[in-house]
Amino acid sequence: MSSLVKNIIRFVLLMLVQVYVLDKIHLHQMVTPYLYFLFILWLPFKMNRTVLMLLAALLGFTLDSFRHHPGFHTAACVLIAYVRPFLINLLIPQEGAEANYEEPSIRSLGGLLPYIIYSSILIMLHNAWLFFLEAWQFGDAWYFFSKTFLSTIISLMLVIITELIFPRKQRFRTNTAV
Amino acid sequence: MRNIFLFIRRHLNFIFFLFLQGLSIYFIVHYSKYHQAAFGNISNRLTGKVNDQYSRINNYFHLKRVNDSLVKANERLYNKLRSDYQLPDTASRLVVDSIRVDSILQYKKFSYLSARVVSNSVSTQNNFIVITRDKPGELHNGMGVVDQGNAVIGIITDVSGNYAVVMSLLHKDSHLSGKLLKGGETGTLNWDGKEPNIITLSNIPKSARVAKGDTIITSGFSTTFPRGMMIGTVTEVLAEKSTSYFRIKFKTSADFNNLQHVYAIESTEQAPVNKILEQIKQQQH
Repeated sequence: MSSLVKNIIRFVLLMLVQVYVLDKIHLHQMVTPYLYFLFILWLPFKMNRTVLMLLAALLGFTLDSFRHHPGFHTAACVLIAYVRPFLINLLIPQEGAEANYEEPSIRSLGGLLPYIIYSSILIMLHNAWLFFLEAWQFGDAWYFFSKTFLSTIISLMLVIITELIFPRKQRFRTNTAV
Repeated sequence: MRNIFLFIRRHLNFIFFLFLQGLSIYFIVHYSKYHQAAFGNISNRLTGKVNDQYSRINNYFHLKRVNDSLVKANERLYNKLRSDYQLPDTASRLVVDSIRVDSILQYKKFSYLSARVVSNSVSTQNNFIVITRDKPGELHNGMGVVDQGNAVIGIITDVSGNYAVVMSLLHKDSHLSGKLLKGGETGTLNWDGKEPNIITLSNIPKSARVAKGDTIITSGFSTTFPRGMMIGTVTEVLAEKSTSYFRIKFKTSADFNNLQHVYAIESTEQAPVNKILEQIKQQQH
C-alpha cells in the first residue's frame, strides 16, 4: 500500500475513533483521552516540515469542526508538528536511520524507551498547549496542571496499546535501494 | 535587502509555524464573527451529515429511556387538561363566547418545535449541541432549547440548512439569567468548565434566603424562554467574602450526558422586542 493511501486511511480512522469513541469517555469529568494525534506521530520521516505543519493544521481543524469551535486543536497540532523534527533529530540512534526506516516506530527509534520519550513529549506538549488555550479563560493553575498530567498518561497508554495491537511491519530499507 | 530574504528563507519554517499559530488563535478569539461567516456553513454541513448517521444508530440504544421520559411528559400534560378541573358548583355557569376569532392562537407567546440531537459534548470547556429538524427553515438564531422534561439546555447560535448549533449551558460564554423560585432573586448563570451538570449562579444578594435543594427557574426577562422553566436545584451556597453576593452552585435538571430529543422554543415576541431594542440602540448613538 502506498504511503499516501495508508495515511489517508489513518487520518479518517483516527478521526472517527476520536470523535465517536474516545470523546464519549469522560474519566472523572476531567480527563479526555486523545489518540488522534497518532497520525502526526506516525507521519513519514522524509516529509517536508511545511507539509507536516499543513497536515497537522488540517487534522486539528477537522476535529475542531466536530467540536464546533475552531482553533484549539489546530494550534496544538501545529505545535507538535513543528517540534517533531527537532525531537527526532535528538532521539534517532544512529546517523542515517531516517533513511533506513520509513516512519517513527519502536524499531526505527531503537527501542521502547526512546519511543515512549518521543510520544510522551509530543503528547504532553499537545495537551499542555490545548488546555492552556482552553483554560486561559478560566484561569485555574492546579486544575490545568493536573488535567494535563493525567490526560498525558492516559493518551500515552492508548498510544502504546495501539502500537501493540497494530504492529506496523517496517522493512529495513538500505540506502542503495533509494 | 538580500539579508532580509536570506533571513526569511532560513527561518521559513518558523515563520510559517508562527503564522499557523496566529491563525488558530485568531479563530479562537474572533470565534463568533468568523463562525457565522464561513465556518458554520461549511463545517456544519460536513460534520452534520456524519453525526446524523451516527446518531441514527445510537438512538436505538436509548429507545427505552426515551419512551419512559415521553410517558412522564404525557402524564404531566394530561394532568393539565382543562377537562380534569371543575369549578366549584356555585361559580359555574355556561358562557357562550361571542367573539369568533380564536383568541388563544393570537396570544400564544411561545410555540414548541421538536428536534433531534445529532451530536453532543460535555467534555470540553466550550460545549455545543447540534440538533436537527427535518423541515428546514424553522430553527433560527436565538431560540431557546429545552429537553423533554422542560429543563433548560441552551440557546441556538447558528443555523445552516436542517442543522442548528446550540450553545449549551456548559459553555463559558453562556450567561443566561436564572431566578430563585422561592425568593424571586435573579442572578446570572456561569459555568466554571469543570463538572458537567454543576453550574454557578452568581449575583444573588446575601439578603436572599437560599437553602440546599431550592429550585432555580428561568426569569422570563428575555424572550428566549418562558418564565418558570426548570434550570436546576441548589447543591451548595457559598458566600463571597469580598462582595455582598452569594455564589450558588446548583445541579442542572437537564442531564447533558443523555440528550436525544429536545424542543426549540419559538417566541412570537422576540421580533418586536428586538426591534425596540435596536431602535433604542440607534437613538443612543
